[in-house]
Amino acid sequence: MSLTVEQVKARNQELIKEVLEVYPEKTAKRRAKHLNVYEEGKTDCNVKSNIKSIPGVMTIRGCAYAGSKGVVWGPIKDMIHISHGPVGCGQYSWAARRNYYIGTTGIDTFVTMQFTSDFQEKDIVFGGDKKLEKIMDEIQDLFPLNKGITVQSECPIGLIGDDIEAVSKKKSKEYGGKTIVPVRCEGFRGVSQSLGHHIANDAVRDWVFDKSDDKHPEFVGSPYDVAIIGDYNIGGDAWASRILLEEMGLRVIAQWSGDGSIAELENTPKAKLNVLHCYRSMNYISRHMEEKYGIPWVEYNFFGPSKIEASLREIASHFDDKIKEGAEKVIAKYKPMMQAVIDKYKPRLEGKTVMLFVGGLRPRHVIGAYEDLGMVVVGTGYEFGHNDDYQRTTHYVKDGTLIYDDVTGYEFEKFVEKVQPDLVGSGIKEKYVFQKMGVPFRQMHSWDYSGPYHGYDGFAIFARDMDMAINNPIWGLTKTPWAA
Amino acid sequence: MTQSTNNVLDHFNLFREPEYIDMFETKKKNFEFPHPADKVEEVRDWTKTWEYREKNFGREALTVNPAKACQPLGAVFVAVGFEGTMPFVHGSQGCVAYYRSHLSRHFKEPSSCVSSSMTEDAAVFGGLNNMIDGLANTYSMYKPKMIAVSTTCMAEVIGDDLNGFITNARNKGSVPEDFPVPYAHTPAFVGSHITGYDNALRGILSNFWEGKERTANGKINFIGGFDGYTVGNLREVKRMFDMMGVEYTILADNSEVFDTPADGEFRMYDGGTTLEDTAAALNAKATVSMQQYCTEKTLAYAAEKGQEVAAFNHPVGVAATDKFLMEVSRITGRAIPAELAKERGRLVDAIADSSAHIHGKKFAIYGDPDLCLGLAGFLMELGAEPVHVLSTNGGKEWEARMQELFESSPFGKGCHAYAGKDLWHMRSLLFTEPVDFLIGNTYGKYLERDTGTPLIRIGFPVFDRHHKHRYPVWGYQGGMNTLVTILDKIFDEMDRNTNIPAKSDYSFDIIR
Repeated sequence: MSLTVEQVKARNQELIKEVLEVYPEKTAKRRAKHLNVYEEGKTDCNVKSNIKSIPGVMTIRGCAYAGSKGVVWGPIKDMIHISHGPVGCGQYSWAARRNYYIGTTGIDTFVTMQFTSDFQEKDIVFGGDKKLEKIMDEIQDLFPLNKGITVQSECPIGLIGDDIEAVSKKKSKEYGGKTIVPVRCEGFRGVSQSLGHHIANDAVRDWVFDKSDDKHPEFVGSPYDVAIIGDYNIGGDAWASRILLEEMGLRVIAQWSGDGSIAELENTPKAKLNVLHCYRSMNYISRHMEEKYGIPWVEYNFFGPSKIEASLREIASHFDDKIKEGAEKVIAKYKPMMQAVIDKYKPRLEGKTVMLFVGGLRPRHVIGAYEDLGMVVVGTGYEFGHNDDYQRTTHYVKDGTLIYDDVTGYEFEKFVEKVQPDLVGSGIKEKYVFQKMGVPFRQMHSWDYSGPYHGYDGFAIFARDMDMAINNPIWGLTKTPWAA
Repeated sequence: MTQSTNNVLDHFNLFREPEYIDMFETKKKNFEFPHPADKVEEVRDWTKTWEYREKNFGREALTVNPAKACQPLGAVFVAVGFEGTMPFVHGSQGCVAYYRSHLSRHFKEPSSCVSSSMTEDAAVFGGLNNMIDGLANTYSMYKPKMIAVSTTCMAEVIGDDLNGFITNARNKGSVPEDFPVPYAHTPAFVGSHITGYDNALRGILSNFWEGKERTANGKINFIGGFDGYTVGNLREVKRMFDMMGVEYTILADNSEVFDTPADGEFRMYDGGTTLEDTAAALNAKATVSMQQYCTEKTLAYAAEKGQEVAAFNHPVGVAATDKFLMEVSRITGRAIPAELAKERGRLVDAIADSSAHIHGKKFAIYGDPDLCLGLAGFLMELGAEPVHVLSTNGGKEWEARMQELFESSPFGKGCHAYAGKDLWHMRSLLFTEPVDFLIGNTYGKYLERDTGTPLIRIGFPVFDRHHKHRYPVWGYQGGMNTLVTILDKIFDEMDRNTNIPAKSDYSFDIIR
């Protein structure tokens, strides 16, 4: 028996009240501002966001280092990214994000490696700058084909007063102007991964764009040059996107940053349009390029055929008729395949409900893909979203959707227990909690080791995976048949 | 147009389709400004040489692909081994997200842990308020019986005083007066996850033992140490102890919480050493540790309290298990029952049956120091040679212990231990002095890819194979499992090397 919208709203309001009861008064007051029920017609979700997580509540968030090394810089494949500080941060994030790339790892490509300064007590006491210099020398010696180095600061760096900028400048000069980028992404900065994205974006601006004259004068531009910004090529997402842009007649001159290279970053200011997928993590550099180089940028969404179609047209609208026709051809070409996917999976998924809690763009961007399959997203929230994300979310969510910002372990578990969605989409830390509860789950950060999910090719995989999660026969067996 | 609903191609095959291969080539050629292919090949070949190895071993500052993690991971691992205990890590919150992900990826289980979420203001003013609020919130929300505090490097660098902070929080009513909040300083820039295990366990024990009068009884305490096989191993140890009639307390027993059923209920806490047993463990006759390097301070503490202590090095195989059981028997006065002798005989039998395929094979091993000692001992028992044994978190003393072990057997001749080295060092070893098999954790697959040395996954973490942690590697039963794991790879390799029709398949035997 399905509830009316008004009943859903009442239940969700009640639910919010209920979860807040567990907290001490001060905490309840603070958390109340992050939880809400979306009212149709409003231009915002009316939740507070991008503020400090509360101690001891089990936030799902990470840190600025995760945002810089883990998200923005880590995938740049021909540079070496030093996790500067103690061993752990680099170890736990080592190759965990599935940023696919083509290259010979350890020789000209370094993404799935863990370079660390492995700080010891003496480095804390006496400072790590000398060690960092030596590390750069050793990198030059042992990995001669690296095309640049970044220094990804871990917590202690900013606390002990190391001057990684001075070291980077000195060494860059010594190696004939090599790109060396110090990044101040210490984990205690800001409130989540988000500030790490911003700091990493600024580091590209200051240490890549502003440091070099045109490094590739031989590069010949075209009127159809675009750069993909904010696609980390998880499971090959950027590839499944790039192929569509190229098919419609555009030339993708750079990928930021999945399967990206330093040359691509350097040449991006030559693009005619920046196409931005993950707004949250790369709007900063897009705005900068707009201001400084006059490159317009456009947000797009390549999850599910409805959004892909609209996005292809939107991107094409920035170009001439040739590209507009190209977009139509691409849409027409893939339509039968998309219809076949929907015909196969929609009957198996129609009406199924989903609760999401993810980062970046996904809490809103994937909603369309679920809807293409007849599914309904009944709750969503951002790990590290800002107000502008929640505003954008209003274009996607339905009346009465439960909204939870920086959800705590406790809240999420209670929400799911009461709402009983058919599927939860969140991260590795949440996956097994919900599966124990008998709720089908897909990791929506790593695509649960599947993917790509972007583009037309990706949608077929997305549909298959959601079906296999929800219609997995094991969920019928969680209860003992002999129990009363 | 590659997709069809009858056969949806995902990343495994999609990107091998011609349109994607073309796309990759064009991208590289036009936009990546790559090094010439022959240059890449040249450097690749150079990295395989002795010359490169010497340069590589000459590194003094850079670490590449280490086989160790940081202290708080070990502290979290210990904390969840106690009844109703929530690990609370004081410092930056991102660290906790990492520990939880890391443990979940290995065990395929939830991993609960909270952070005091310190940010810039706490860096300046200290994290006292974070501790006060954090403990209060955790206590109200997650209803733990104990909160075990450890630290990230941030809190350590700014010098937060855990003892003072916790007392302060208690005075402010964050947790009740008598609520246990043991703590340990676990700086990430000292030691590794095994140090954190030790510090946290000692911290928890001292919380219950300090100021208490010890009345010795006949029980023993057992500590597993940081162990990726904790689920299977602790159950196996309990089974053996029960068979012997030993009275025991497993300390930090996380074998239940990392193996909960999917029956509709999420158990944030499950099993674990009860707080009562933890307190009573002071009275034990002895404390036995399965991993010496995980428990140096803890055992010293137990000894200080008047207990006999015994430490092993992750014993695997016949002789190592014999030694372990005999020591337990000596301490407790309980005989080793015939049923265990029978299990032993079965393991000896299995080794005898299979030894022809293992004898003389050369192995490289890497991992935590105790694991390396245990596996190297087992390999030599099988007549195999542990040629390279590497431990990033092993020290000079460990290296000397390894050397002693090599010298104890003709199969250790020419074998070397490498303390404080990483997997990029191992890469050079495998290229310059090749072996038949590599034993290590999941990251070893990069070495397998680069050097062609088949990887046998034993260690932590293992992310890319499922459920291995459920099977013990300790006890005779565990020795059997380890033997089979090694043999499976050997046989798979034999088949892989002999399966070319009309070329090598004369040796593609069905009976081996």
